[in-house]
Amino acid sequence: MKSTLKKAGYSKVQKQVHDVFLQFTSKVIFFIIILFAFKLFFAGHYTPGGGFVGGLLAAAAIILLLIAFDQKTVEKMLPIDFRILIATGLVIAAGLPTLSFLFGTPFFTHQHTYITVPVFGEVALHSAVIFDVGVFLTVAGTALLIIKLIAEEDD
Amino acid sequence: MELITIILSGILIGSSVYMMLSKSIIRIIIGTALLSHGVHLMLLTMGRLKQGNVPVLDPEVSSYTDPLPQALILTAIVIAFALTSYILVLALRMYRELGTDNVEEMKGVPHDD
Amino acid sequence: MTTNILPLLPIMIPFFAGIIMLFMGKRPVWHRVVSGISGLLMMLSAVWLVISIYRNGTIVTFLGDWMAPFGISVVIDMAAALLLLTTSIIAFLIVVYSFQSIGIEREKYFYYPMVLFMIAGVNGAFSTGDIFNMFVFFEVFLLASYVLITMGGTRVQLQEGFKYLLVNLISSNFFVLGLAYLYSVTGSLNMADIYLKLEDYDGNMVIMTVLAVVFLFVFATKAGLFPLFFWLPGSYYAPPMPIIALFGALLTKVGVYAIARTYSLFFIENQAFTHQALLLMALLTIIMGSIGALAYTDMKKIIIYNILIAVGVIIVGFSMMDEIGTIGAMYYLIHDMIIKAALFMLVGFIIYRTGKADSEHLGGLIRKHPVTGWMFLVAGFALAGVPPLSGFYGKFFIVQSTFDNDHYVAGIIVLVSSLAVLISVVRIFMNVFWRGEMDFSTLKPIKTDKLLFASIGLVIVSVAFGLAADLLYPFFEMAASSFHDPASYASYLTEVE
Repeated sequence: MKSTLKKAGYSKVQKQVHDVFLQFTSKVIFFIIILFAFKLFFAGHYTPGGGFVGGLLAAAAIILLLIAFDQKTVEKMLPIDFRILIATGLVIAAGLPTLSFLFGTPFFTHQHTYITVPVFGEVALHSAVIFDVGVFLTVAGTALLIIKLIAEEDD
Repeated sequence: MELITIILSGILIGSSVYMMLSKSIIRIIIGTALLSHGVHLMLLTMGRLKQGNVPVLDPEVSSYTDPLPQALILTAIVIAFALTSYILVLALRMYRELGTDNVEEMKGVPHDD
Repeated sequence: MTTNILPLLPIMIPFFAGIIMLFMGKRPVWHRVVSGISGLLMMLSAVWLVISIYRNGTIVTFLGDWMAPFGISVVIDMAAALLLLTTSIIAFLIVVYSFQSIGIEREKYFYYPMVLFMIAGVNGAFSTGDIFNMFVFFEVFLLASYVLITMGGTRVQLQEGFKYLLVNLISSNFFVLGLAYLYSVTGSLNMADIYLKLEDYDGNMVIMTVLAVVFLFVFATKAGLFPLFFWLPGSYYAPPMPIIALFGALLTKVGVYAIARTYSLFFIENQAFTHQALLLMALLTIIMGSIGALAYTDMKKIIIYNILIAVGVIIVGFSMMDEIGTIGAMYYLIHDMIIKAALFMLVGFIIYRTGKADSEHLGGLIRKHPVTGWMFLVAGFALAGVPPLSGFYGKFFIVQSTFDNDHYVAGIIVLVSSLAVLISVVRIFMNVFWRGEMDFSTLKPIKTDKLLFASIGLVIVSVAFGLAADLLYPFFEMAASSFHDPASYASYLTEVE
């Protein structure tokens, strides 16, 4: 809040900082964070990680871009409506358990199997991954929507 | 080990009460976040802490950790995340609409029908 | 293993309808169509549920094919099914009522999706058989209600909404804390399983009494019982009328339902303390509500304080824990959900038409709106419990049960409170519709056909419910059995084994 900043001695609160170092490094770090987010997401089933953490981390990467550049630039980079992102995530997360009725199994019943892929060897395939994709999209969309709402209010 | 985490969650909840009794909205929000952290730590402790055991029930494993509290905490954390983010947006709206972040000064706002 | 989709329909229909509306974007007319259709579908599925439960008994489905005590189960007994049916009827009519009253600005800001998400949460809280899942559904409908109460962002809404949010957030955290204790004592989260485990438990039961107090704190805050109702009159006053009707009819009643469930399944060992405390709190709530209802002349405030009286009366019935008391409480719960929504809608119609909320400034409106006036009087009589109308049966059984259990003071307080309700509602009627003339040229020219359709429809539902109460008795007997005889609720677990 601006009044708090004023009390702390800031005479003028600057709107946007054009920091060359921040902008350049964030271009690199953005991809590292996104990759780590996907790594966490796919690690989710047997080791710590999953859709929620991955989604938050992906949102954090985009928020880094928001800090380094301004909102217009980021909107040009990623022309996504976050409401649609949330709705898509919810459809995937809620639609998959509903589909299990088609197979005659109760709500939320998952199927899984193991397949052999040339390079990686034996890989587990689990229908819960699709559910997690929904969670990933919803969480990332919610976090970004909240940040966007706060940023818009500040104009 | 359980005793330490219980005391820690007590400290968290106590400080959250202190924060929530202050007048600034931001402090109140930090207080609610601390309260949820303390409560989640308590929930984790209630499943009994065992170090280094797997949270999987398997015939080959004789000693395992109860996986349920961890699953419950994940759900509770997600909910606390959603609530905290909403309350932050609301606080900003209030600051812009009412022009203050002090709850004492919000008392006298007249009701508009 | 059951693959029945029916018990999940009341949760899934509003949820998917909400998602479809999110995809549509800001198209209010399409939102209206989708939410109306989903309300009708919910009503159909709830009727289907009530009939099939009446024929075959409690419906259970296990999520993810996990066996009952380990996975999440959805258990719909008669009580839950009746509440689901009432919720769907109210949700449909309030959606219709909103078409002409909520205003295009709020409709654009995703009002209907939020209403439907809230209904999904309420239906989920009624139908789940797992205490942690109940917490999750509580949070779902609370989050939607936070958005609804602050939607539009007027000053009073923001101020009261923040208070509402904070109070509910603290009580939700205590809910998690109570769940942590409950899990460490019983090692289970399935409500029926906890009941069976506690029945065989022969250790120290003092911890369960402590837990009863924690849970009472949580649910009493949500339901608005005596020392914890302080947030209710202010917060319910702030949002526009359809949202108040929705909150007043549904949200406090979910808290009441949760108290009834937990106090019949978990905390039955030390009834001398827990249920006496519940009774005392309920009586104090009735007294505070009566004082509030008689003190104000503002129509909204009077009906809001009547919520407190009704919550108190229902809890008196549930705290008796015998057959007659719980049947009465079930009757009164269903009756009160319908009639509160109807009264809020009628009051909302008067406020939208005249632009004033204080009944002292109005008068003689019966010349312009005779049907509305008489409907208001009928609804007021039903609220107070005048014999052929629906409120009578609930109060009759509750008072009979209090006299059976030698709680004469409780019975007398319930009876006297009906008088206070009658005076408060009839005073609105006399002031607004009867007394001298007001200036009719100040009336606002608004479209009222859908407002009146919804509110009068709900009054007719209430009158029909009162006249058919005798026919519906077997349903309510079945519904009450899972409260006064918790073993029948838990029987789906023992049957599987």
